[in-house]
Amino acid sequence: MSDTHVTRAEVCVTAVADCFRGNGEILCNPIGTIPMIGGRLARASFEPDLMMTDGEAMLVANDQAHALGDTKIVETWNPYRRMFDVVWGGRRHVMMGATQIDRYGNQNIAAIGTFAEPKVMLLGYRGAPGNLINNPTSYWVPRHSPKVFVERVDVVCGLGYDRAAELGDEAARWFSIPFVVSNLGVFDFESSDHTMRLKSVHPGVTVDEVVEATGFDLVVPDEVPESRLPNAAELELIREVIDADNLRERDVPDPD
Amino acid sequence: MTSKLTTEDEAVAELSSGMTIGIGGWGSRRKPMSLVRAILRSDLTDLTVVSYGGPDIGLLCAAGKVAHTVSPFVSPDVVLYQDPPLDVPSLEPHYRKARQSGAITETPVDEGMLLLGLQAAAWRVPFLPTRIGLGTDLLTDHPDLRTVISPYDDGETLVAAPAITLDAALVHLNRGDARGNGQFLGPDLYMDDLMLEAASTGRRFMSVEQVVETDEFAGLGSFHTMRVSRLMTDGVIEAPNGAHFTSCDPDYDRDDAFQTAYLQSSKSDEAWAEFKTGWLDLSESDYQAKLARQ
Repeated sequence: MSDTHVTRAEVCVTAVADCFRGNGEILCNPIGTIPMIGGRLARASFEPDLMMTDGEAMLVANDQAHALGDTKIVETWNPYRRMFDVVWGGRRHVMMGATQIDRYGNQNIAAIGTFAEPKVMLLGYRGAPGNLINNPTSYWVPRHSPKVFVERVDVVCGLGYDRAAELGDEAARWFSIPFVVSNLGVFDFESSDHTMRLKSVHPGVTVDEVVEATGFDLVVPDEVPESRLPNAAELELIREVIDADNLRERDVPDPD
Repeated sequence: MTSKLTTEDEAVAELSSGMTIGIGGWGSRRKPMSLVRAILRSDLTDLTVVSYGGPDIGLLCAAGKVAHTVSPFVSPDVVLYQDPPLDVPSLEPHYRKARQSGAITETPVDEGMLLLGLQAAAWRVPFLPTRIGLGTDLLTDHPDLRTVISPYDDGETLVAAPAITLDAALVHLNRGDARGNGQFLGPDLYMDDLMLEAASTGRRFMSVEQVVETDEFAGLGSFHTMRVSRLMTDGVIEAPNGAHFTSCDPDYDRDDAFQTAYLQSSKSDEAWAEFKTGWLDLSESDYQAKLARQ
């Protein structure tokens, strides 16, 4: 990695950071290696009021994303019990993973097949049902493929826009899926029928590649911009402060 | 003064096949493993296990003790972001085998819905209202989850998270006294207090790293750490290293080498038999002595 070459992982980190732009004073709760680095970048640059976890029971002020050890600056205690208070009170934007996700943003992490008789048992429902109905939920997919971006998810753990519409405006008033970020691009649901739209492709990725790696018909605008590169200050933060151990490249290896 | 001191085997003797048992901790953290090991040595079977699951559920499944689980997840490592990152699989192989073969069935719950179910049982109400589940397959995958309409002007439809009443609860804390008060010294109590409060009197068991005198609690941690009272417990077991191989912060970390060996025992019947003979077909004191020699 040369100093001038921006890696795919660094583009992903920047795209994740931009998911939290404008969020203000909420719990920024990205789960996963690149999401955590991206959230830290947002807070260290343009969203200084975000609160973030240490991955466990504390909300910490550190810019560094991992290996905090004794340097942890604890802002508050946030054990699981209090995390539910934050979720159900809505002061949180979470970024979760997805084993499957469909065009409406329905997400599955529980099982392949049926839940009652799974072909492959995955994690279970975890906190997905409570997350989606209570606070904004974005997704991170490190390996974009038609096996992840599917026509229909096997088990709906996190509801999508079609299910939210069925519930009605009132019941779904705190539901939203602001963004999906993958190793290939950024997606949102800003289409006429709230189906997944290609918002930007990462530098070096073509629109066709994204379409091919997606198991349903994406909404593709006539002009698809490239995902932005981190600026010099952001790049320095990522490389020198937030993720000095370069764990991001383990999450998404550079294609170049 | 009544002493509630007992042993793992005496505690497990109070349990019966077919019971619904709540197990404290979270994933592979502060699990009452010495009590789980005592169940593995027992004749108990057909258990329903309620847990934020980790190797507790995995071991009990592998040993054929489980008929049903109530769990939002079963994972040896549910925190995807580790410090430092570890190559620990996030899926529990023994549990997966049991689910995929149909050996066990499962009632799905969301993490927060399990909290509400335990809280409802603790407060002796039939349900607590929540939005959790609306619009998801939980409403169909859960066999008896129902909705309720708010009786107030808003008239909202909510999910009635049903009380999850336990026949028994097993938790592991850092310190306790002989009377049954408990103290957690790590970063999170998880739902251990709710597990105890949701369970029937007579079968609420707390193992602890160390039994101390009551007047020692104040010197070990602030009063905020004294979250289990003797109103919530029936038996106390002194079990040093009792959460092994799960973590028991700040007393010890998870034993990753041991956990890896455990996970690999799912690879074949022979591998499981070897692990079982080597580590489970022995008393707790022999287990701990063998560990100490490693």
